[in-house]
Amino acid sequence: MYSDKVMDHFRNPRNVGEIVDPDGVGQVGNPKCGDIMKIYIKVENDIIRDIRFKTFGCASAIASSSMATEMVKGKPLREAWDLSNRAVAAALDGLPPVKMHCSLLAEEAIHQAINDYRERMGLEPWKEGPGHFAELEEHGH
Amino acid sequence: MIGRIYLDNAATTGTDTEVLNEMLPYFMESFGNPSSIYSFSRDNRIALERSRGQVARAINAEPAEIYFTGGGTESDNWALKGAAFARRGSRGHIITTMIEHHAILHSAEFLAGMGYDVTYLPVDEEGRIDLKELEGAFREDTFLVSVMFANNEIGTIQPVSEIGRLCKKRNVLFHTDAVQAVGHIPIDVKAMHIDMLSLSAHKFHGPKGVGALFIRRGVKIENFIHGGGQEKGRRASTENVPGIVGLGKALEISIQRIGTESARQSMLRDRLIKGILETIPYARLNGPGEDGRLPNNVNFSFIGVEGETLILDLDEAGISASTGSACSSGSLDPSHVLLAIGLDHAHSHGSLRMTLGTCTSENDIDYVLDTLPAIISRRREMSPLWEDFLRNEKKVTI
Ligand code: FES
Repeated sequence: MYSDKVMDHFRNPRNVGEIVDPDGVGQVGNPKCGDIMKIYIKVENDIIRDIRFKTFGCASAIASSSMATEMVKGKPLREAWDLSNRAVAAALDGLPPVKMHCSLLAEEAIHQAINDYRERMGLEPWKEGPGHFAELEEHGH
Repeated sequence: MIGRIYLDNAATTGTDTEVLNEMLPYFMESFGNPSSIYSFSRDNRIALERSRGQVARAINAEPAEIYFTGGGTESDNWALKGAAFARRGSRGHIITTMIEHHAILHSAEFLAGMGYDVTYLPVDEEGRIDLKELEGAFREDTFLVSVMFANNEIGTIQPVSEIGRLCKKRNVLFHTDAVQAVGHIPIDVKAMHIDMLSLSAHKFHGPKGVGALFIRRGVKIENFIHGGGQEKGRRASTENVPGIVGLGKALEISIQRIGTESARQSMLRDRLIKGILETIPYARLNGPGEDGRLPNNVNFSFIGVEGETLILDLDEAGISASTGSACSSGSLDPSHVLLAIGLDHAHSHGSLRMTLGTCTSENDIDYVLDTLPAIISRRREMSPLWEDFLRNEKKVTI
């Protein structure tokens, strides 16, 4: 039921763990099935230098976390912010329809970590775009 | 890895070679329709009746009380809807439990939608109903009690004889979904006062797509499948002769070895349970301890781990098992059985069911015990829930 890419990232997730002295932390729960994801980032010159995650959830959630962290590592914060769960799912060669919501976990956790960083820096947090909530609706929570 | 270790025997089992050999002639040589009157079909009629006798003997019923169906789900549907529809217009009250198989629960919901009243009895933390509660649930218009013999997820065996006695005293029909019990633990429909019983062949090394409903003589239930006059006009459709032959043979074999197999599997089950409790911290056994549990059922919750990931990791290690995790169910709801015994979402998320079978060996169990702890601890290490759990545990112990 899962693509080879999903299975690869599920079996050998990249960037697992914690950062001892992070610049931003995001933790989100999935209202649908009660899963949790936690993301730590290290930021330098507005660029994500390091990123680690811990995820409690299904294979799709773990693979999405792993893929999403790979995709934003080394990227400017704004670019990381714009990474959508659809892009993550596409990079994993697709997710089963019932498992699309799991990939939102990663997107939201990254957003939270970025805003946590911005708040620590005394900056205004960024707002979720309107498209984001449309997507939440679509995946039927 | 030493070949595939199949620990999902409650989901289904493979057909026994001996059973298959018994079935084969009825596909090609003796393919006649049992309803035809020429001599060519005689063998098929005889085979049907032989199988009916085998099933009857296995549960201490009369052959005339056995009706072949398309499986356990059909038997359950027939028992509930048949008993309800036999009331001809007057509705009435059904008592069942919160931990039934969906074949019962969804049939009960369907009847509730038609105006019947349904009471779902709760269960204790081991999954057993309270007989006092059952007694209190009876009403003037209660016509049916349906309580499963043994639970498919956590293996709990219900106090069936006592339930039967209570129903008999009140003249209420007693149906039991015995799909997980038949061929695994002894059943006597007479001594246990059972009026209707559902069983399914593929749970004891028979073929899929065939089952039976025992209907005690004199029980009034409406026909469910309308058509020709098969099964004394009560269940139409040309008989699945090879399947029925397989059902009878598989059950006969299971009954022959029921004593030795249940003792052997219970021993392996307890070895597995003990091993897990010893090697994996915070492992929670779901369902009863040794007594009152199906010989082949092991069910644990590992806090901090999600069940689907567990199943996939075990699969990679060559082990087939199952889970009641929300993430693995199509509806994304956690198992109703695990919730009914009081598990929180976090624990029901991390549930693992392993059901042993006639092919399970001591080596298989040892292999699981060698493999499972590392899988659990690796997934726990990447779990924020586990991190939180440990932090809280420490707070409590300090
Ligand atoms: S995290 Fe629960 S279904 Fe994916």
